[in-house]
Amino acid sequence: MSRPAVSIQSVSKRWTPEGRAPVHALEDLSFDVAPGEFIVLLGPSGCGKSTLLYMIAGLEDVSGGTIACDGEPVTEPSAERGLIFQEASLFPWLTIADNVAFGLAVQHVQPVKRREIAVETLKRVGLGDMLDKKPDELSGGMRQRAACARALAMRPKVLMMDEPFAALDVQTRARMQDFLLQIWRDSGASILLVTHSIDEAISLADRVVVFTSRPGRVKTIVPIDLPRPRESRDPRYHAYRDMFTELLADEVDRAFAEQEAV
Amino acid sequence: MTADAGQTGLGHAEAGRAAPNTAAPIAKAPLLSPALRRRLSAIGWGLVSLSLFAGLWEALWFFGMLNPLLLPPPHLFLSDIPGTLKFFDRSNRIGSVASGVGVWPLLFTMGSTTLRVLVGLTLGFTCGVAVGAAIHYVKLLRNLLLPTILLLAPISPVAWLPVAIFVFGIGDVPAIFLVFITVFFAIVLSTGAQIESVPKNYIHVARIMGASQRQTFWKVILPAILPSLFMTLRLNLFAAWMVVLIAETVGVGTGLGQITSMARSTFNAKLVFFTMAIIGLLGFLSDFALRQVQHKMLWWVAPNQGAAR
Repeated sequence: MSRPAVSIQSVSKRWTPEGRAPVHALEDLSFDVAPGEFIVLLGPSGCGKSTLLYMIAGLEDVSGGTIACDGEPVTEPSAERGLIFQEASLFPWLTIADNVAFGLAVQHVQPVKRREIAVETLKRVGLGDMLDKKPDELSGGMRQRAACARALAMRPKVLMMDEPFAALDVQTRARMQDFLLQIWRDSGASILLVTHSIDEAISLADRVVVFTSRPGRVKTIVPIDLPRPRESRDPRYHAYRDMFTELLADEVDRAFAEQEAV
Repeated sequence: MTADAGQTGLGHAEAGRAAPNTAAPIAKAPLLSPALRRRLSAIGWGLVSLSLFAGLWEALWFFGMLNPLLLPPPHLFLSDIPGTLKFFDRSNRIGSVASGVGVWPLLFTMGSTTLRVLVGLTLGFTCGVAVGAAIHYVKLLRNLLLPTILLLAPISPVAWLPVAIFVFGIGDVPAIFLVFITVFFAIVLSTGAQIESVPKNYIHVARIMGASQRQTFWKVILPAILPSLFMTLRLNLFAAWMVVLIAETVGVGTGLGQITSMARSTFNAKLVFFTMAIIGLLGFLSDFALRQVQHKMLWWVAPNQGAAR
């Protein structure tokens, strides 16, 4: 296999909120992401999985260890590492097309070319007829697709998603997962997706990285060996679900015990 | 007033979308579009409210409960317009009466007051945003300026009037300066607070896309805070109208404030109320104009919703 798209080497993260005890978010975390691989980060809430995404994106510093993308250590944010949040975070003062073209505008791409790329990208995510709409005229799912388009327009090598579908209803969520797999296939980017939904992890991932509760460590990495599209009726799917439920239950129990001890 | 604008504004947006649904098979197409109907009803209610107020006033006068010399009802102070217009003189002397009669002196007076408000607001808004942003971003400036600004901000603009006259003399400048002071501090403090509350993810997006500090400010921060700042500006508009009149009473030889002051000292109640009516109308129109500007410039925000999202 070629050089990993993202390489995480004994990364840790600590910080001290003002006037409170220091927080130990991540401890000695190591794993690699292959080019074009779909990784899901699964763990109890507060285990630092989102923090890891922010560090890979270059928005936050590591306290120890190194993160490298394509062999280059991460020092600052880059459009090659797109990040999508739980809220679409589109700019309400720009049309959908201008939102998608924002990164290109920042990098001084010619307006005609910008528009061309925005239109083409929006077509790919199925929003070809929403070009000149305002963000708040779109539904939650559409907004999240527009946010994907904004990241994709920059041709990222790595696409990170921080619980991107958590704010959507169940039906929309299922359709967004199919949509995401399709995007993943034709963009060829590696995807790192944070979730606390076991079903989301099993339906999407090549490999699931299970986190321990705080401080977050890699508890185990589970390759999902099921052909896509994955059927939730498949007995093997159930086996995976039971396994993850058990893995997570341990962690949640531990987190509770710790909270009570404090 | 503000609520009406909200409804009519929304009405525009909805008119297009709602059309297919409302075209029910039963009735013929409605004569007036919903937006127009709403606007007409707003105007209608405005007239009703105004007539009620004037009617009450007139009735009190009719039953002899008001002294028309002190509180002349509308039909009295609006009846002798040519006589009233004589007092709107362009010669800039307190108490002077125009030889000719015409609307031009009136328009000139209205224009000079409005212009002072406009220039003061524009200067106060731009300088306020600039200083507010500078204070927010440059720590040294913040440490140096913020304590003083916090001390100066609560001082009533009216208290600045003597200072304005000492420094700028008699003329347009002290009036403009007072309007400037009225909005400046409010905008400075509001700018800092608004920049603070821009959603973190907006900044994250800008950083990931490789935007420089400057690009982030002009393309993300400024559009994000502008709606709230505009709301602050609108809230301070009426205060600006108040102080400009006070400044004109004392420090400027022209303007509506000067006319009221002269009417007071010559015990001309009709002129007082006539001028008050004009001031009310101008205040209302300028708020309306500001709302239109907001609607055009800040097209993504509903008229009454100032918060950055």
